[in-house]
Amino acid sequence: MNALEVNGITKRYANHLALDQVSISVPERSIYGLLGPNGAGKTTLIRIINQIINSDSGEIILFGERLKPDHIGVIGYLPEERGLYKKLKVGEQLIYLARLKGLSHHDAVVKIKLWLEKFEIKDWWHKKVEDLSKGMAQKVQFISTVMHEPRLIILDEPFSGFDPVNAQLITEEILQLRQRGSTIIFSTHRMETVEDLCDHIALINKSKRILEGTKKAVKAQYKTNTYSVLHRGAFQSLESQYELLKQEKAEDDYFQSLIQMKSAASPNQLIQDLTRITEVHSFVEKVPTMSEIFITLVKGETHE
Amino acid sequence: MNKIWLIVQREFLNRVQKKSFLVATILLPLIFPAIMAVLVYVAIEQKKNATKEVVLYIDESSYFKPDTAKFLFSPFNGSLEDGKRAFEQSEDFGLLYIPKFELSEPKGITLYTKINPSPTDISDIEKIFESHIRDLKMVELNVDQSLLDKLKTNVNVATVKISEGGQEKSSDSKVLFGVGMAGGILMYMFIFIYGAQIMQGIIEEKMSKVVEVIVSSVRPFQLMMGKILGLASVGLLQFLIWIVLISSLTTAVLGLFGLQSPSQEMMQMNPQAQQVMAESQGSLQFLNTLNQIPWTYVVSSFLFYFIGGYLLYGALFAAVGSAVDSPAEAQQFMFPITIPMLISYFGLFTFILEDPHGTVSVWLSIIPLTSPIAMMGRIGFGVPDWQLALSMLLLAGGFILTTWFAARIYRVGILMHGTKVSYSVLAKWFMQKG
Repeated sequence: MNALEVNGITKRYANHLALDQVSISVPERSIYGLLGPNGAGKTTLIRIINQIINSDSGEIILFGERLKPDHIGVIGYLPEERGLYKKLKVGEQLIYLARLKGLSHHDAVVKIKLWLEKFEIKDWWHKKVEDLSKGMAQKVQFISTVMHEPRLIILDEPFSGFDPVNAQLITEEILQLRQRGSTIIFSTHRMETVEDLCDHIALINKSKRILEGTKKAVKAQYKTNTYSVLHRGAFQSLESQYELLKQEKAEDDYFQSLIQMKSAASPNQLIQDLTRITEVHSFVEKVPTMSEIFITLVKGETHE
Repeated sequence: MNKIWLIVQREFLNRVQKKSFLVATILLPLIFPAIMAVLVYVAIEQKKNATKEVVLYIDESSYFKPDTAKFLFSPFNGSLEDGKRAFEQSEDFGLLYIPKFELSEPKGITLYTKINPSPTDISDIEKIFESHIRDLKMVELNVDQSLLDKLKTNVNVATVKISEGGQEKSSDSKVLFGVGMAGGILMYMFIFIYGAQIMQGIIEEKMSKVVEVIVSSVRPFQLMMGKILGLASVGLLQFLIWIVLISSLTTAVLGLFGLQSPSQEMMQMNPQAQQVMAESQGSLQFLNTLNQIPWTYVVSSFLFYFIGGYLLYGALFAAVGSAVDSPAEAQQFMFPITIPMLISYFGLFTFILEDPHGTVSVWLSIIPLTSPIAMMGRIGFGVPDWQLALSMLLLAGGFILTTWFAARIYRVGILMHGTKVSYSVLAKWFMQKG
């Protein structure tokens, strides 16, 4: 089952179209990367899923049900613009936020204590947020997002503001949450996050969803059948079904070549053909990084 | 509904737990009488110690009879030109030139001064002439002074209001004036102070960005209403504490000084009352009127108008707070909110209290935006039931309308950052769909 299905969502503001017939499907227990340049409409989509604003048309199905007010307790949302009540103490603050999500006072206290213990910050309970450092406040904010055990967690740029140690801590928590059955949506520009964590992605550009699928499928779709070969002894030309894109001298008489296969030949065939003209030392398929795909697609759109 | 209640609680606790709340609640009822007492004291001292200003005068008419109650008049012998020159070099307050004139037509009297004289200064001098000329005319008409004295009678009209049940209540309109003024000023302050707090709170939520987390859990409308109602409960609590404080203080003072004390206390605090007391029969009537005022009626209508007016304006303050990024930016939108408040506030002093049953007074007390303050000015004098009912109904309706209006701006405004907001942008937000 899909945790979330967004079907043909359109949202128009006074002078521009923020979302144009956007559909995405987020499988349960996946880590789903929602990508796109600034102003593409990601935040609008997330706000619609969180019922902060309404869409003009289209429907949203959450765990098999049409989106309804009760669903806010099922979702945990970490907005890109972080914020807490500065004058409130950490404990009070978290209890308040948990109760707004529908937890009873007792449940809220129990769960918050558990999380504070986990992050080894139990003694922060009586500290005011304004006395915390930015990184500390981020931890509190993360707890506020996940403390009610949401089945769907939406994180907008979750790692901004975290040092590498804390980023690692949060990453582990996210993976554990998935292990326990949560579905996670990342909205991010940081392609290494996507590369490391996401198993599904969607790319939104200029209010439209222009790409969706598993990370593997997307990469397969955008691979260019290009291979990077380290070989001893130069060669000038190849058979017509291959194209030599680049050949650089490495060291001694070693060379690094970039070869693209034009037809649907197999890599084995290429190796065979190469061994006849040179001595192959390494042979790697050049798979596009998410960053490259992102740039290609977004730039391509812009150039149209 | 449940969530609004959570927000109300949170807002209430946030404010009440602050030390500033405690300080304001306890000190304010003490500070105001203290300030008033100091002002009255200073005014009296000033009058006592004031050195009289010197006014030179050139009297060509011989009708001027210097009265030294306020000025020291010193004659100048010479022409007007010489007088002006002498005056310019002196430290004197003024030069009064009195040309020859007919008693029937006093013309050409001129006061030369270096600074603009106050209206009271001028009318004081005018009165000197008027009374002396009157005396002279009397003599001219052969009216004897003793005859004149016999003509003087002092009349005190006692006002008795007959209520619908046929009960007679004596009243003193000066006391009612004071009650109306106090009620109106209090209402004005309450609405402004608490309205500004709503705005402040919303701007803080917006600036700290916490608002997006909150509206992912509750509807923007719930957040707005929770905030408005939470602060309303703080205001009511504060008001109730004041009532308890003031009434227990009064009782305590009463116990300390015996029964006459309340009137003495009033005398120190209220110059209006002082005047009333000075009149021989007045003092009894003053006390009488205070006792006759249906306090429960006045206080409970104050509460209604406070809640109604506060909600009405609170919603507007909320809309302004949601639209801007900083308190400084809010100024431009405060103007239209302040105008009806100021109209009723100044109306209170200029005509509502003077003529509480006049057409304009009545309408101001019925129109929702001005009614909270205007009605407070009128309430002590007795307001026909239908006017009160209509006014209350319209206030309730007005509050629903402003809340609806504010909510439409609020839901968009709180999520907008760094936008240059103008009235046309607000209109766009207002029209925007969900």
